[in-house]
Amino acid sequence: MIPPVSRSRVVAALAVLTAAPIAAQRVSFSREIRPLLSDRCFLCHGPDASSREADLRLDRRADALEVLSPGIPDESELLRRVGASDPDERMPPTDAHRRPVSTEELGLLRRWIDQGAPYEGHWAYRPVVRPQVPAHEAARGPIDAFLGAAQAAASVRPMPLADDVTLVRRLSIDLCGLPPTPEDVATFVEDRRPDRYERLVDRLLASPRHAERMAVHWLDLVRFADTVGYHGDQEHHISPYRDYVLRAFRDNLPFDRFTREQLAGDLLPNPTVEQRTASGYNRVLQTSHEGGVQPKEYLAKYASDRVRNLGAVWLGATTGCAECHDHKFDPISQRDFYALAAFFADIEEKGDFKGAPNSSPTVRKPEIDVVTELDRERGGEPKPRRTMVTMARAEPRTVRVLPRGNWLDDSGEIVQPAAPHFLPQIRTEGRRADRLDLAAWLTSADNPLTARVFVNRIWNMLFGRGLSKVLDDLGAQGEPPTHPELLEWLAVEFIESGWDVRALLRRIVLSDAYRRASSADADSRDPDNRLFARQTRVRWPAEVVRDSALAISGLLVHRFGGPSVKPYQPAGYYAHLNFPKRRYKRDKGEALYRRSVYVHWQRQFLHPVLRAFDAPTREECVAKRVVSNSPAAALALLNAPEFVECARVFAARALREGGEDASSRVAWLWRQALSRDPSEEECELALDLVERHQVRYRDDPDAAAKLVATGAFAPAEGLDVAEHAAWTSVARVVLNLDEGLRRR
Amino acid sequence: MKDPSRREFLRGSAGAMLGASAFRGVFDNGHDGGGVVSPLHHRPRAKRVVFLCMAGGPSQLETLDYKPKLAAMDGKPMPASFTAGQPIAQLQGHKLRCLGPQAKFRRCGDSGQEISDYLPFLQGIADRICIVRSLKTTQINHDPAHTVMNTGTSISGRPSMGSWVQYALGSESSSLPGFVVMSSVGGRNPQPIAARQWAAGFLPSRFQGVEFYSHGDPVHYVTNSAGVGDAEQDDVVATIRALDRLEYERSRDPETLSRIAQYELARRMQDSIPELMNFADEPEHVRALYGVDRADGSFAANCLVARRLLERGVRFVQLYHRGWDHHGGLNKFMGVCSRLCDRPSAALVADLAQRGMLEDTLVVWGGEFGRTPMFQGNKGGAGRDHHIAGFSMWLAGGGVQGGLTHGATDELGYHAVEDVVEVHDLHATILYTLGIDHERLTIRAQGRDHRLTDVHGHVVHPILE
Repeated sequence: MIPPVSRSRVVAALAVLTAAPIAAQRVSFSREIRPLLSDRCFLCHGPDASSREADLRLDRRADALEVLSPGIPDESELLRRVGASDPDERMPPTDAHRRPVSTEELGLLRRWIDQGAPYEGHWAYRPVVRPQVPAHEAARGPIDAFLGAAQAAASVRPMPLADDVTLVRRLSIDLCGLPPTPEDVATFVEDRRPDRYERLVDRLLASPRHAERMAVHWLDLVRFADTVGYHGDQEHHISPYRDYVLRAFRDNLPFDRFTREQLAGDLLPNPTVEQRTASGYNRVLQTSHEGGVQPKEYLAKYASDRVRNLGAVWLGATTGCAECHDHKFDPISQRDFYALAAFFADIEEKGDFKGAPNSSPTVRKPEIDVVTELDRERGGEPKPRRTMVTMARAEPRTVRVLPRGNWLDDSGEIVQPAAPHFLPQIRTEGRRADRLDLAAWLTSADNPLTARVFVNRIWNMLFGRGLSKVLDDLGAQGEPPTHPELLEWLAVEFIESGWDVRALLRRIVLSDAYRRASSADADSRDPDNRLFARQTRVRWPAEVVRDSALAISGLLVHRFGGPSVKPYQPAGYYAHLNFPKRRYKRDKGEALYRRSVYVHWQRQFLHPVLRAFDAPTREECVAKRVVSNSPAAALALLNAPEFVECARVFAARALREGGEDASSRVAWLWRQALSRDPSEEECELALDLVERHQVRYRDDPDAAAKLVATGAFAPAEGLDVAEHAAWTSVARVVLNLDEGLRRR
Repeated sequence: MKDPSRREFLRGSAGAMLGASAFRGVFDNGHDGGGVVSPLHHRPRAKRVVFLCMAGGPSQLETLDYKPKLAAMDGKPMPASFTAGQPIAQLQGHKLRCLGPQAKFRRCGDSGQEISDYLPFLQGIADRICIVRSLKTTQINHDPAHTVMNTGTSISGRPSMGSWVQYALGSESSSLPGFVVMSSVGGRNPQPIAARQWAAGFLPSRFQGVEFYSHGDPVHYVTNSAGVGDAEQDDVVATIRALDRLEYERSRDPETLSRIAQYELARRMQDSIPELMNFADEPEHVRALYGVDRADGSFAANCLVARRLLERGVRFVQLYHRGWDHHGGLNKFMGVCSRLCDRPSAALVADLAQRGMLEDTLVVWGGEFGRTPMFQGNKGGAGRDHHIAGFSMWLAGGGVQGGLTHGATDELGYHAVEDVVEVHDLHATILYTLGIDHERLTIRAQGRDHRLTDVHGHVVHPILE
């Protein structure tokens, strides 16, 4: 657990990084003052009127002037109170449990007031405007110019570019979620053409593997799962929606269309089957089949769930707070919350499912039977699949502001669909705004949030850290971007490219910044890599861990799209499910070896291997997965049948394809898994294990036979069983190495 | 690498090579103590917690909250003054009639606490337990009510209390997870229970509860793969360690050291967990106390496993028994559930006491909500519906006063009216006994500081010693 870096330490670190004399530096309200006020003051002196103390608010300059004397720090009550030595005087008060204002922060406030105490609109709510690209020598393009200028100002030298092998591995896994084959590596390393890197990037981006990788990220955001989530956690019909997402990324569907079809595909004129399938987005939330459910309560829950998800996915806003009261830190009012909920009031659904049998899959009307585009492309005679879709009611439900979020209270004001009041508004000339309007508003050029949120997440995917660090909150409690102009520039480019996701990815991975070497020796002046002078080392996500093992061993089956699959899972894992009772029936044959994006997602009992590597349950939106390093992950990788099966198949290939002598086989294993040759020392350690286990397994042929029969894959024929078992041990070792689990 | 001593050096135990100092940092971030609340906010009463989760919602009116007036009203309409504007679960749209207590109560022990005859063993330890009759929760359906009881909110994705406690205090065990959950088999058709109830939410996943099973692997993937003996597994893990150390020598990345430490811990768990689940070393009288011989998945067996876990330094244990949802057949099913749960619950308290562990172990018993004073007529005779406005729990040990009854419901047992204890108050109190101020245990996520108690919660001081 990395302790949260205190803001004052960050401020202090930045102060060291910037060379100009402190007193002369312009204080940034957005980057330095607003976060400070938000964190220490807004809880009682912010936007929420119901918790406001002393009738004082500091989030608006006109109100704050009551305690601010611009230009005259010593006459400013604010400064006096936060710096007071008397605990009865000092703000924030002890019982607020906020961190006291530090000496550095006090200095910042003083300088800011001295400079006239200017306010700025919150950075993320300002219109997106194309910034000037700074002139910076040696910059490959605008991205490197922005970053290079900041690095130069801080006198920090960027790391050199990474070597070829590191680059091809990093790119393959970042873009496609799979390690390169030794042939991929050789092709790149031996390619002498000047545009070989661009060629590699374009090849990877064009691959369906890339779409599978991107889909995982999107499915985390929209909380895609195969089950309803609450109580009995029955399966529901939704897998065609995943095909839609896969196809969208493969065909590089512009993000504005992607947005529109998911939120409102059903409202488009003569919607296609694909567009109706896309509207399943509105249905993939958690629902309940519990007997005592009160329909009205659950309709309220579903409405809130949709607003939270919309806010998190597109707006990077923590709207959830405003279900019960005005947001404490951001200008989102409770009325805004319910006005957003009103967009979804036309969705046909039931609050309960009384009268339907306790079945799994359960019935969640409206549903349609579809043959997806991907089903069709695979040919043959595809079987239609059922999927939940959105259908609009003729008469939308009435939506009221629920006082304190209480669904029993009908006294609140009736609200119509509308954008949050502090953002550009939706104009419909009196017509009730609908989900199409909502989608158009989200992806209009004057929506300040959608593009910023999206490009920030793509940056995070490629650097392990966002330009603004908190991916799901671009509000006051998030973190102002380290490079506001760069974020702005990327957002403008994204919008002006016609919301071209692939162009955005391409632009970033072609930068020098992306290609830099990583280093664990964190520069003490920039431990958090806020200057992006190096690349980051992160553990790969759960899907990459499992898929890599399948790919390296040769077991991976590529089949694009289709229903969810059920790989091995410990017996009895679903014993706690009921209504109806469930027994996990694992698949046979190829389905066991498909990529993890297709694995059945049981919200309440997510597959233990995926869970051990921090895959989320997808009950709520997850923009950034937690990464932990746990014994559960070690146990899974050591003992789970899927990994031991991979190892024994990998070992069989090493014996057949890895050459005649043991050393060349070890080298073969290393090249397949790690894209490099082993050192002499590594080779000796591996050979030592092989020798000893050959002796052991010769003495215990039963054990050897069991080990090499792990999993359902056909047993290797024609191999010496003890030898195969011994090499399986080495293959297990290779699949468990830290190096293979981490980005370099 | 021709030098055999270097090979041995690389394969040797982790501490030997890196030295204690290099590893302290790893364990501080991992499993050896090292919580964020250090030092503790105040003197702790308890070091560990065991929560006996009676899932489904046992009836307080047949266990801990005796209502003679309700007996007198049996069969009569429930006065609308009690129920107006209240959320109702399965009885929506039904005529509401009173159902009198279906059990005899008696005053027990020196304290004279009232406990029903469904719980004879609990009656025997009446002076050790504190009965709280004034609990309230906010969610009237099982799944969200459990989520409130465990995380303080019905919204998914927040850390459960066991995860909070681990995050706050760290783990005392170097070979077992700090937060363990078990769910018993036996009894009537059980309510489902979601892994969300012991999830770490936005805390790192190593703080999540680890579920132990009575069938198959006691913990997922803790058993070697077929054909792999302990010696082979040791070789494999040692070789991984040696290679990871070489990687560390190249990269100097502390994360690599952390992974080495996690593999060591995983290997230790492979030894310690099967040993834990084997009762062979328990004397006959202890097994008799619980009424169990082996780890067969019964609630009784899980209680004994819980004591063994607590003894080995596990911080937070939750035992679910999922048969308490008695919409109908109340008499029959109260009998079934009580027979399975009463004796082992009391045995656990007594066993902890005889080892001197009760004083610093907090035991909590209760459901996610209680049951209505109103009759529900599902199949199998009289039953009761879900009820959130007033229900009961008991606590023992960990600085909680024995022999005390705290709080009260109204004369018909509908609303908690005296010394009301919200779920947030229960959480605040549990944290308090552990030396944690619930207002100061926070983590920043999703744009704000979160607490187990959100912006609520008052420590229930009157029940503490």
